[in-house]
Amino acid sequence: MSAHPAGVLAAFRHVDEAAHAIHSLKELGYRDFTVYTPVPNYEIAAAVGHRTSPVRLWTLIGGLTGVSLGLLMTMWMSLDYPIVVGGKPIPSVIPYIVIMFELTILCGAGATILGLIVHSIRNRKAAAYDPRFTDDHIGIFVPCAMERRAAVEQLLQTSGAEEVRLEA
Amino acid sequence: MATTVHPEAAPHAHPTYHEVTRDIAATLGNPSRSYFLLLGVVLTVLGAGALALLYQIRWGLGVAGYTPPVMWGVYITTFVFWVGIAHSGTLISAILYLFRSAWRTAVYRTAEAMTVFAVLTAGLFPLIHVGRLWYAYWLFPYPNQRGLWVNFKSPLIWDVFAVSTYLTVSTLFLIVGLVPDIAALRDKATGWRKKLYQTTALGWRGTDQQWRHYTKAYLYLAALATPLVLSVHSVVSWDFAMSIVPGWHATIFAPYFVAGAIYSGVAMVVTLIVPIRKVFKLERYITVMHFENLSKLLLLTGMIVGYAYLTEYFVAWYSGNPYERASFWNRAFGEYWWATWTMLLCNGVLPLLLWFPKVRRSIPALFVMSLFVNLGMWFERFVIIVVSLSYEYEPYAMGHYTPSWVDWTILAGSFAWFFMWFLLFAKNFPTVSITEVKEIIPMPRRKGAHA
Repeated sequence: MSAHPAGVLAAFRHVDEAAHAIHSLKELGYRDFTVYTPVPNYEIAAAVGHRTSPVRLWTLIGGLTGVSLGLLMTMWMSLDYPIVVGGKPIPSVIPYIVIMFELTILCGAGATILGLIVHSIRNRKAAAYDPRFTDDHIGIFVPCAMERRAAVEQLLQTSGAEEVRLEA
Repeated sequence: MATTVHPEAAPHAHPTYHEVTRDIAATLGNPSRSYFLLLGVVLTVLGAGALALLYQIRWGLGVAGYTPPVMWGVYITTFVFWVGIAHSGTLISAILYLFRSAWRTAVYRTAEAMTVFAVLTAGLFPLIHVGRLWYAYWLFPYPNQRGLWVNFKSPLIWDVFAVSTYLTVSTLFLIVGLVPDIAALRDKATGWRKKLYQTTALGWRGTDQQWRHYTKAYLYLAALATPLVLSVHSVVSWDFAMSIVPGWHATIFAPYFVAGAIYSGVAMVVTLIVPIRKVFKLERYITVMHFENLSKLLLLTGMIVGYAYLTEYFVAWYSGNPYERASFWNRAFGEYWWATWTMLLCNGVLPLLLWFPKVRRSIPALFVMSLFVNLGMWFERFVIIVVSLSYEYEPYAMGHYTPSWVDWTILAGSFAWFFMWFLLFAKNFPTVSITEVKEIIPMPRRKGAHA
């Protein structure tokens, strides 16, 4: 599993120290580091400073697709096989709202999952990993050139990392 | 009981993240002999149910005791029962998530798994009920030689869309919640389980990018699941309310069914969590506080259900409609009086005991009560469906229905099917969420206390 670039991997125990380390890294101009947390954490997310995830757009588009699909399907199908009752108009929108609603949810949820998968894969970075990061440690992996390693190692260590190691 | 910890009373007693992973991972793997014994019993009952179904397929629905006018019997009752059970799972996992209720984290996984398995069970019953189940695909809108489409004005078609959407979305929701947990287990497991978790963790590592998209996706899934759960049982109730059968044709049906569904579902959560807590030694995570909150939900929804019963009777009387009046008189004092009174006592009267804090905080009392609530909720659907159908407008068209051994065996088989899935799940995947339990524990900090 050494399909990742060379760099420095640090494990933190304390969230404030990890957040501080992220801020310091950004100040030095590092952008392509990877942060691992066992749970989603606001402090870390704010330190990393990503923009809001575009997954919400997928949800919106999926939901709108679902509702239009539901409307088009019910309308077209009832017009394609007309059952005329008492000379009333053939499509009757009110009961179709149920189908439109269910398809909104179905397509919205499906698109959300799809968006989650697509964006997670697109933003995937090859990085060193340690099994402790899903347990109780916060990990930071900084890919960097040989000559910068000492400085990064120093920065992570002074920020309070429990362990810092070089990953080739 | 001595090991229970109230997080607010004793903040210093929070388990550490490592303890959470360790304790919940310890619930998995190496099943004992009694687990296999239980699984064996469950599979035997399931086998009996399958044989009864084969018998019914061979000889037709007559063997299930169906005679006009009662053509909806135990199968539709059980279908509504299982769909109802499913509802509290989504309530706890999605609605309480949106309300930011921290206590849900310890119980939501069990509730959510219960939802998926209950919908899986419910989904079998329309198929069993149609008799010639190889024609069940006629329910879907598909192009065919006759150019015939399904009737979208029929609540039965709404049901197909609602229940299949519910199954899909609740399964997705369960899987999404499981992924970070499976990753935590993957990093601990050995042997074939490691392989299982490596595949099912889908490459989860908890990176900043993964969490960034995950938290948003989870939020929107919860936001979609919330109206969905309300719609599904409303649609199920419209299967009845859209017709003109006395006792069915009422506008109260949708809220009445949704409240009843959540009520029965919370009772099932209690039924499942009591043994899980005991067997898996999770007293530290599932505390008396959780049971008390669940029983408050039971009390609230039980009161709504009790109110709906009273409203139904009041409206039947107040409407002045002789058929409606006769139908409700027949419910209480007709030949099925025992079913009606079981329902009224178990659902309307028994939960009133939950006004007493002592009952709310007593786990054995809650467990027994949850069994009675489930019994009562099954009978509620039986009363609504069978009793109303057997006593419609014309006296010469009234009839009687007695469930046959085929009905009862298939009903027992459905419980076995549900518990089979649950048993298999409980030993292979965490029934308490590792990640979400950690989320309510503040991350350790070096400087200063938790802000």
